[in-house]
Amino acid sequence: MISPGILARFQDDFSRALLATDTAIPPAMTALATQPAFAVYRNTVMKACIDALQANYPAITRLVGDEWLRAAAAIYVRDARPTQPMLLHFGADFADFLGRFEPAADLPYLPGVARLDRYWTEAHVADSEEVLDPAALTRLASGNFFRAQLQPHAATHWAWFDDAPIYTIWSRNRSNGAVDTDIQWQPEGALLTRPRDAVLWRPFGRAGCAFLSACAAGGTLADATHAALEVDAEADLGRLMADMLEAGAFSRLHITP
Amino acid sequence: MTDFLTAGLGLKPQHYDAALACTAAGLWFEVHPENYMVAGGPRLAWLEAIRSKHPLSLHGVALSLAADTEPDAAHLKRLASLAGRIEPVLVSEHLAWSTWRGAYHPDLLPFPRTTAALTRIADNVSRTQDALQRRIAIENPSHYLKIDGHEWTEAEFLHELARRTGCGLLLDVNNVYVSAHNLGYSAADYLDAFPGDAVMEIHLAGHAPDPNLGHALLVDSHDAPVAAEVWTLYARLIGRIGARPTLIERDDNLPEFEVLLDERARAAAVLRGLLAEAA
Repeated sequence: MISPGILARFQDDFSRALLATDTAIPPAMTALATQPAFAVYRNTVMKACIDALQANYPAITRLVGDEWLRAAAAIYVRDARPTQPMLLHFGADFADFLGRFEPAADLPYLPGVARLDRYWTEAHVADSEEVLDPAALTRLASGNFFRAQLQPHAATHWAWFDDAPIYTIWSRNRSNGAVDTDIQWQPEGALLTRPRDAVLWRPFGRAGCAFLSACAAGGTLADATHAALEVDAEADLGRLMADMLEAGAFSRLHITP
Repeated sequence: MTDFLTAGLGLKPQHYDAALACTAAGLWFEVHPENYMVAGGPRLAWLEAIRSKHPLSLHGVALSLAADTEPDAAHLKRLASLAGRIEPVLVSEHLAWSTWRGAYHPDLLPFPRTTAALTRIADNVSRTQDALQRRIAIENPSHYLKIDGHEWTEAEFLHELARRTGCGLLLDVNNVYVSAHNLGYSAADYLDAFPGDAVMEIHLAGHAPDPNLGHALLVDSHDAPVAAEVWTLYARLIGRIGARPTLIERDDNLPEFEVLLDERARAAAVLRGLLAEAA
């Protein structure tokens, strides 16, 4: 419970003045907010928010440049101030913002690229679980195979993008790769994992995305296989499984009763 | 105990490898715990690797101890969990607020130093020390604004806070210099009045003129070497209160690790009394 004392009122007014335009400063703050030095606080808060967004979205920054990113971030920050102090989580919905942001209308791939930047951060800070030993699957008795459940690792993220080669655009701009060669405009997916310290990424098919989504929803291998074949009847499930195990996409295997 | 700590450095990710490999005697590092409040992964692994080689200090920026409300329980729990994992040699926070009614303003915000505020902040410091099961140090922030309604000077306020809670103090000499310049008082007088016995740690950093207002307003920018005037004040302070763990803070415009090591060596030399004549 916040006490209604002088300090609380000061903090209410100061917070409002920090965020206010010059014409909307609370009367109690006029003497403070009209001092030129008040701008130091406004600028520091704004700069910290924009710096955090820029740090959290490096592929977006490389695509659009520092100036564009910081201008867009300043607009984002007006309506979305941090709600907690771990700023590496700040801007979790920046991809949605970019999807609505008028000046980005001719860059329709930005939201997808922002989503992968976000997934990178989530993978980077996820719990350091053990990665499932691929041998666990080969040891599985054949009768148990389809009753088994695979638990995606805490760091594992995946996404399928129907309308743009988001994986190629993101990975080139994330890793300082060449950006001047032609990109084949096609649907693409991505798999991000962190089997040890470093976040890894690889292109990932629609079937794989459906498979992991089914696993994450608690489905058995039978359910996940069904989901994968439903979106891609031609999918090579043996190769897909080998890819996922090699990437360290899973943490545990359970046998359902 | 912190007796063996001499001069340390703020640790930035760009310098992890150099920091890990460095064998300078008495070197210690300080980090912002908010950057390491994560479930797992390489950040924590780096920090634990550094901790295995050097003493580490956690310098929080977000507990918002001067807010007129209790510290956020979840944040305090995260801090306690990190402290349990890292076993820091020092834990510190600021005489400032940043989180208020669910919004986090990433800065160290000022307030009128009233007796009511002192009661609230003492309670918040005690809660923090109880949660962490240790003594923490509270830092004087930089000031830019002339605020009406102060009932205490900052040095007296911090002295009383230390008396009531048993907390220690982190004296940032650069912040004193910047604040004294901006608000028009004597930095030397402020330091002379500061309760030396409570000082657990000292910060030194660089400052810069405000980009818009120029030298009329100095900003605690942490993007430059420690200024000559701040070194002079520091040597004079050490001459009065004796050696204290001293940290060189640098957050922006980061030079090579060796450049920071040289600055840190200068602080270590003052602590050894070799540069006492600079006072």
